[in-house]
Amino acid sequence: MELAIGLILMGCAIGAGLALIAGIGPGIGEGNAVSKACEAIGRQPECKGEVTSTMLMGCAIAETTGLYGLVVGILLIFYAPNAFVNILLNAIH
Amino acid sequence: MNDSTQVKTVRFRVTDALLLALTLLPVVFMITLNVLFTPESNGIEIEGALIYFTIPMPLQDLIISESQIHSWCVMVSLLFFSLYLTHGIAEKPCTRRQYLAEWMVEQTDKLVKGNMGPFFKGFSPFVGAILGLSAFSSLLALFGLYAPTSDINIVGGWALLVFILITYYKFKCGPVHYIAGFFDPPLLAPLNVISEFATPVSMAFRHYGNVLSGSVISVLLAVALQGLSDILLGWLPGVLSGFPLFRIGIPAVLSIYFDVFSGCLQAFIFAMLTMLYVSGGFSYDEYMRRKAKRAAKKREKTA
Repeated sequence: MELAIGLILMGCAIGAGLALIAGIGPGIGEGNAVSKACEAIGRQPECKGEVTSTMLMGCAIAETTGLYGLVVGILLIFYAPNAFVNILLNAIH
Repeated sequence: MNDSTQVKTVRFRVTDALLLALTLLPVVFMITLNVLFTPESNGIEIEGALIYFTIPMPLQDLIISESQIHSWCVMVSLLFFSLYLTHGIAEKPCTRRQYLAEWMVEQTDKLVKGNMGPFFKGFSPFVGAILGLSAFSSLLALFGLYAPTSDINIVGGWALLVFILITYYKFKCGPVHYIAGFFDPPLLAPLNVISEFATPVSMAFRHYGNVLSGSVISVLLAVALQGLSDILLGWLPGVLSGFPLFRIGIPAVLSIYFDVFSGCLQAFIFAMLTMLYVSGGFSYDEYMRRKAKRAAKKREKTA
């Protein structure tokens, strides 16, 4: 019993860690976006405001996939262990 | 004459004070509730919204939680703040608060007009409300209160509202045009349906994930700094051994980014995406074409 619960907790923790690998993609993507925005501002300093707001907008959208990973990780840490243990207990009884 | 203006100014001042008091009262109310009901902890735990009470309902119990109370308090506070700003408004601006109110309205109008076009200019109160509510909900974290935007239920509700608006404006061109929109490349129809429903989900997750991740990182930093100060000061006797030396001031720097900057940025992005999705889903040319067609039919009938 303890072993089963321990396995569930271990699986949840490892899964949460794996889910947060999704943060790599948005990191690269946002870095690209910001570097291009810097180039654009360097070329045309007069449209700095517009470029900045567009860049923030694009960064927010690029971030979405990373946030999906974050939400999955948070669910795995805070919600999943209870739910899985309950499923296990229901299956035993 | 002189007497009547004197009376008016007194009344004006009393109303002013009342409105300001009603603006601040919800904040005081939230802090009081927080002090009274939050269970004791050392402040470095990750917890969800506190549930005050549940109302039994036929399908599922209605839960009244901290985040709901807080978001309603922010709404009340913002309502009275706007009443305060527009109190004693004159045709020719003479008070500072009227300049501020006009500046806010002008900026929102400009934003809406620039992003949505002149057809949607009636949207600026809605966009302004979303901006204010979202920004001030996130800024509640500065008072040490639970930010309603770090609860998926609150932000999900807003996203659902936006989804209804998007669908409403897509339906303005008729159900045939709405369904035909899914078959734009005919083979991708299932993906288009999925992406239609992914819009509100991603909007809710984006806002909630950003605010929540900020608070989680703040808590992790607090734990790390507490551990560091324990290592450094642990050998001291008595109360001094638990003194959180490094937790003074250092988390505030992170709070400027995660609470102030990120909260305001997410409010702006949520409002921006609302505008873009609503105006993007609505095809103005098709709407005007249908309108002209209907008008021509009506004219034919009467003639």
